[in-house]
Amino acid sequence: MKFIIVVLLTALLGYAAPLYFTWWSFAVTSFIIALLIHQKALAAFLATFLGLFLLWGVMALIIDNANDHLLSQKIATLLPLGGSSILLIFVTAFTGGLVSGFAGLTGSLARKPVE
Amino acid sequence: MRIIGCVIAAIIAIVLIYFLDNQQTLSGSKTPRFGFFLSPQKGFWQNAEPANETFNDNLNFPQLKGATEVFFDERLVPHVYAENENDAWFVQGYLHAKFRLWQMEFQVYAAGGRLSEIMGDSANGTNFLKIDKFFRRLGIVYGAEKALHAMENDPEMKAACDAYTAGVNEYIKTLKENDYPLEYKLLNYKPEPWTNLKTALLTKYMAYDLAGYEEDFERTNVKSFLTKAQYEALFPYVQDSMQPIITNPLPKINSLKFSIPPATTDSLYFNFKTAVAPLNPAIKPDKNNGSNNWAVAGSKTKSGRPILCNDPHLGLNLPSLWYEMQISTPAFNTYGVSLAGAPNILIGFNENIAWGLTNAERDVKDYYEVKFRDSTMQEYWFNDGWRKAELRNEIIKVRNKPSDTEHIAITVWGPVMYDPHYPDKLHTDKYYAVHWQAHEESDDLACILKLVRAKNYDDYIDAISTFSCPGQNFVFADKAGDIAIRQAGKFPALWYRQGDFVMPGFDSTYAWQHYIPDSLEIPMYNPERGFVSSANQSPYDVKTYPYYTPGNFSLYRGWLINRYLSSMQNITTDDMEKLQNNNYNLLAEKAVPLLLSQIVYARLDNKEKQYLSTVASWNLINDAASEGATVFDLWKDSCISRIYGDELHQASLPVPPVEPGTLVKAILKDSVALFADDINTPQKETLKDDVTAAFKSIIPVLEKAKDDNVLAWGKFKDGGITHLLKISAFSRPHLNAGGGKDIINAFKKDHGPSWRMVVELTDDINAYGVYPGGQSGNPGSRYYDNFVDTWAAGKYYRIKLYSKNDIAGKRDNLGRMIFEK
Repeated sequence: MKFIIVVLLTALLGYAAPLYFTWWSFAVTSFIIALLIHQKALAAFLATFLGLFLLWGVMALIIDNANDHLLSQKIATLLPLGGSSILLIFVTAFTGGLVSGFAGLTGSLARKPVE
Repeated sequence: MRIIGCVIAAIIAIVLIYFLDNQQTLSGSKTPRFGFFLSPQKGFWQNAEPANETFNDNLNFPQLKGATEVFFDERLVPHVYAENENDAWFVQGYLHAKFRLWQMEFQVYAAGGRLSEIMGDSANGTNFLKIDKFFRRLGIVYGAEKALHAMENDPEMKAACDAYTAGVNEYIKTLKENDYPLEYKLLNYKPEPWTNLKTALLTKYMAYDLAGYEEDFERTNVKSFLTKAQYEALFPYVQDSMQPIITNPLPKINSLKFSIPPATTDSLYFNFKTAVAPLNPAIKPDKNNGSNNWAVAGSKTKSGRPILCNDPHLGLNLPSLWYEMQISTPAFNTYGVSLAGAPNILIGFNENIAWGLTNAERDVKDYYEVKFRDSTMQEYWFNDGWRKAELRNEIIKVRNKPSDTEHIAITVWGPVMYDPHYPDKLHTDKYYAVHWQAHEESDDLACILKLVRAKNYDDYIDAISTFSCPGQNFVFADKAGDIAIRQAGKFPALWYRQGDFVMPGFDSTYAWQHYIPDSLEIPMYNPERGFVSSANQSPYDVKTYPYYTPGNFSLYRGWLINRYLSSMQNITTDDMEKLQNNNYNLLAEKAVPLLLSQIVYARLDNKEKQYLSTVASWNLINDAASEGATVFDLWKDSCISRIYGDELHQASLPVPPVEPGTLVKAILKDSVALFADDINTPQKETLKDDVTAAFKSIIPVLEKAKDDNVLAWGKFKDGGITHLLKISAFSRPHLNAGGGKDIINAFKKDHGPSWRMVVELTDDINAYGVYPGGQSGNPGSRYYDNFVDTWAAGKYYRIKLYSKNDIAGKRDNLGRMIFEK
């Protein structure tokens, strides 16, 4: 339950913070969430990773579908990811997840261990 | 233990963020900031426009005087209905910025010599600092400042530019980081405010592109090893078969002022076959910049009304140079294509007239060798005395590096473009000043703003008479049935061959002495033959025209257009579209029989004979599928380099190109004997030897093309439309299409008909147009390149001056924007 709450909260605040601050401001919110809602290190990492992974992945997926994959194919050729939209969406989601996960891990480890 | 883990996790997180928040260097170029770039809330995903996007908005700006409605039709062409002109230009600025902001800013960064600011000194093998220095030293900014002065002294022009600039800037102000066009995110910089100076810079960029071509150094170079006779044969003033644009008899002017060549020309200027050290200008406008335009009178059309056609040939890029729109105000109602960066409809029509442009191609840029007292460039020798030079410092900011300052001396001739600090490897401590018409104060946009409201022939003549640079052929037709063409621009009255070579700069008698009087820019108005046309050929019959009018003139397109138009009757807009897309090769018609007559058949092997029959049986049409066109194109180039190359490359320095028409004429008149012998071999070569050897030498290229399955002309030429940053994922390469140099359909590799327009001046104007691009500059929009295939197939869209009611009632519009006070 706690795990799911952290995932949802990470996604929610990870969406809200960059509306007002820089793109990586979700790292701060993920850190605070992991600090306040305490889980074991691995669980904290996975939950905050997953929260952002899902947020960025789903957002990219929705945008990409509405765009008929027009831009993602071009960017995936440029980067280069073989022109694959899905791979680009995965890379996007993974990048966001990784930053969030390590921020969350830091938050979790900053507190006393769970009994 | 736990604390160590925490610290390690924190360090990883921070390093990760730092890495993703900064540009990285990858094989010599900078990446975007990956974290920002990938963020679906900030980065490129935000530029992925929904395919079903609509363009509706309700906006308020204090600068506006009334209400303006904008309807976007199904191709995203805006139809603007403004209550006054200033609001119209404001809205045009806003729309240009909304759809083309990155491009319009990038273009003036290029013109103003500021690319290093955003690109760094070099990236992907392009030396941006070198390009910047070139434009600064050419005096583009210097010329733009003068143009700005003229613009701002013209109250009407100043009002239009101010409104336009305000429109651009209001749009920029609405942008948050996530709204920036994609290229800003890729290159990691921000848009800066627009200014009227930037509009002036754009006009100077066009002047560079269209009136910046000359071969002065190359010609000075060949002068050192060719005789006068060889020079005249290779680089004739104009080709003999040239059909001038204006065929009217000259008006009688009694007191014509001529330019007298200085007495010293024999020793100082026409010094053939003596050594002169030339420089190597690295950057040049495309020699092929050109265009077709023509108008046919009602006597030759099916409807009985004139039809006007225009296709300007320019570099083909994405986003396109052109932005299509209709602008309607109480003073005018006009439709056409505009350049993003200035208030204008450059080529188009209104309710009464249509107009189009081709480039005059006249040489208005000359170099003078200046002798300075010392390397500080403070004083130079001029007419038996030392004269003070003005010094201008141009500071070029370079991204991530210290700035570079170019010290440019300004002489009576103009800026000193080349000096020992801006040399190439061959420099000889000499100083060369550039004298260029584009440096003079001029208010050329005013002409365009007059044209959009012109109602008849007199208005048209009045509008174009003040035009200065780049010189253009303005074609005209109106509903009253008039057709006309006239060259417009300020051109120096030169003595024969003046400015072909670098001139001595210490002697004022080598100056341009005065301008050709306006009365000698003769209009051709409703000629008996029933049509007017231009395709960058010489404007007047040089045998009777009293002034030397040198330029980079084209021979074959104009000749062929006239041949077709003379024979056509009952012309429809369909016929005109077909003519704009015509791929007949008139050069080949002249050259193929001549070359075939010179080949020594016995020396060819079977494979070579096969290729020879390909070109011998070719229908002379450069269609995409034609293999004969490929063989001819290679053979012709090979002949020119074999016959003339040995003489021209006696120095390893740059030389001017020899035109194919010169070869044709030379073979016809047998004067090629001057050059046929290869001076590098002991035996005496004849023309037959050269033509046969030239043919044999292209066989490996043809064989390779055949193996790669690219022997057909469309694939061999491999034309395409390239993104301004040369990013292939944003480009449309490999368009398999016909056309080429010297063909009416002048689609070459990355250059060609940038806007095709056909306008029939019926009561309800019947017009068609297409350009190879799309209305949106955003690679993430479906409107980015949606016209390209239509254009490549030679098809057109119907273009229409809508009334506000009619467009409001259209069901397939993409949106409506309202601008109010």
